Amino acid sequence: MEYTILILALPVLSFLLLALAGMKMSHRLAGTIGTLVLGVVAVLSYLTAYQYFSAPRMADGTYATLIPYHITWLPFTETLHIDMGILLDPISVMMLVVISTVSLMVHLYSFGYMKGERGFQRYYAYLSLFTFSMLGLVVATNIFQMYVFWELVGVSSYLLIGFYYTKPEAISASKKAFIVTRFADLGFLIGILIYGYYMGTFTFTPDQQMLMQGGMMLPWALGLMFVGGAGKSAMFPLHIWLPDAMEGPTPVSALIHAATMVVAGVYQVARMFTLYMGYAPETIHIVAYVGAFTAFYAAAVACAQSDIKRVLAFSTISQIGFMMVALGVCTSAHPHEGGLGYMASMFHLFTHAMFKALLFLGAGCIIHAVHSNEMSTMGGLRKYMPITHWTFLIACLAISGIPPFSGFFSKDEILTACFAFSPVIGWVMTVIAGMTSFYMFRLYYCIFWGKENKELHAAHTPHESPLTMTLPLMILAAITCVAGFIPFGHFVSSNGTSYDIHLDWSVAGTSIVVALIAIALATWMYLREDQPVADALQRTFPKLHRAAYKRFYMDELWLFVTKKIIFRCVSAPLAWFDRHVIDQFLNFLAWATNALGEEVQPLQNGRIQTYTLWFLGGIVVLTLMLLLV
Amino acid sequence: MEIHVIHYLIVSTVMLFCGIYGFFTRKNLLAILISVELILNATNINFAVFNRYLYPDALEGHFFSLFGIAIAAAETAVAIAIIINVYRNVKHVLTDDINELKG
Repeated sequence: MEYTILILALPVLSFLLLALAGMKMSHRLAGTIGTLVLGVVAVLSYLTAYQYFSAPRMADGTYATLIPYHITWLPFTETLHIDMGILLDPISVMMLVVISTVSLMVHLYSFGYMKGERGFQRYYAYLSLFTFSMLGLVVATNIFQMYVFWELVGVSSYLLIGFYYTKPEAISASKKAFIVTRFADLGFLIGILIYGYYMGTFTFTPDQQMLMQGGMMLPWALGLMFVGGAGKSAMFPLHIWLPDAMEGPTPVSALIHAATMVVAGVYQVARMFTLYMGYAPETIHIVAYVGAFTAFYAAAVACAQSDIKRVLAFSTISQIGFMMVALGVCTSAHPHEGGLGYMASMFHLFTHAMFKALLFLGAGCIIHAVHSNEMSTMGGLRKYMPITHWTFLIACLAISGIPPFSGFFSKDEILTACFAFSPVIGWVMTVIAGMTSFYMFRLYYCIFWGKENKELHAAHTPHESPLTMTLPLMILAAITCVAGFIPFGHFVSSNGTSYDIHLDWSVAGTSIVVALIAIALATWMYLREDQPVADALQRTFPKLHRAAYKRFYMDELWLFVTKKIIFRCVSAPLAWFDRHVIDQFLNFLAWATNALGEEVQPLQNGRIQTYTLWFLGGIVVLTLMLLLV
Repeated sequence: MEIHVIHYLIVSTVMLFCGIYGFFTRKNLLAILISVELILNATNINFAVFNRYLYPDALEGHFFSLFGIAIAAAETAVAIAIIINVYRNVKHVLTDDINELKG
């Protein structure tokens, strides 16, 4: 499968072409190049997936791990070397499909959404760069290559969030995203270094001898790597960048901040799964608790946001929390005995990428129609935008876990895995799933039903988006309808063997009932034009509502930590030391040299007789030394 | 009284130190030039004397004297030319005021 190198090479070539020559192209040409390249990449990814999964399984029932392309980049020792290459195994092939599909949809959609924007070519160049980096991340053959591409997706995310560079909010959001994730990546880097130092290798699959020497340090290495993953995947308390990242163009939010980049942390944990199972089972449970808390926190915040993209952002954080929990509750690598969560997590990653991209793209259509992110400007849009309405509804049903949409199947597997681990976690996650249904339907009713903002809509009648924007919606909606029936366990499972997904109806039934109750509650509260119950609740608990609206003051807390503690107690003394000790020492050196020069300078008075007098004096001294010594 | 090596050397030493003294104390470039000539000629005398008394069969000392005279002549020519140019520019040849060319 040597052609897989093209999957990486084409986007990077398209990036170079669009970045270097894009300004000379028309918008249409630049967009067409980007989209066509992505189309080819998507076809190649599907071909790869087809070939990979149709190949016969190995004797132990797993798919062979293929490395069709591999170079040793920086050799340090016999075993410790940084390689670049392409690794194909079930999860990387699955990710190739997810990324190229969503990226293709976003490329297509951006044609309509970004039409006439300044920097259209630059936008497509960045999209290509991002796609390249993300594909490189998932096919990484070793942890260091993953880290390199990990930083590249960080950069592309930074560039795309700050795409509207004349908007101060976008600039500060891009800086925030970059700094927070960079800060977390420090943990990732230290983890990699510990891993490399104690194991003597950067590969994902160290041999027995390496594990013998370095197994002791693995929990630390993996834990620190998870810090990086938590930053990228917006886990509490490093989630603060993701809601702000919504300042970027909406298709970018769909691609990067919903479907692909933010699940890199989940992917990373899944990648290291066998090591976690063998050597750091406690560490992976920490992952579960972090994920569960994040899922709950984000769901609570999402219930009180008024900006539709912020609601979706918190919903993303919450759903990534679900994936983390699913990975974290695994207790063995066997899919029937405690390893179900791995498959569930990857399945949810897959289905979530599709329906969340759909939600974001739908939100983009709505924003395109009403020119605002605020829910108050919407309401009653269902009659203006039928396609957006129906596709959005499908995505809402999918994320709520209503059969037969894809989210039901994956979420059910997650809940089954949670109940198998501990009933407490299982019930907590079920409640969070109910909260998910509630805030999603709150969002849905506030946008498409409820009170219409008549004056605004009279001044500017909302309209359905052009076909370039609705077509991706319909495709993604179709995927969302059928993706649940994919026998996902046949392709991906914790130990690679084929696993039949079977629904546990006690869990599935409970989750459906909880979801239906939550939807009914949301219908009762938000369907009508006036919302007496919601208003009354808001009046009864003003502080709680305010706190949830302000995201429980996490941003303020971080500002306090950085400004009041880090800046004042660490940075300020360091700055003082720099200014008064280091700078002063260098100033002293300069001053001393200058002063010495001032002293010596009068000797050079330009009178030849003075010079010769010194010369004579020198000779006399030398003569005396020769005579006396 | 017989004239011996030592007498020649006394003369040349007196000339050398006169030259050095003159070189340091005179302010007039022409006087300095004359002092330099004194130093050079003191060495010429030494060359000739040592050759005459110590190695009567050899000629190297005499040749060196001739070289010294030639160099003195060339040096004087260049120095006089410089001094004339200095005079044209600053209207005198006193060293105290000629220090504009220092680095």
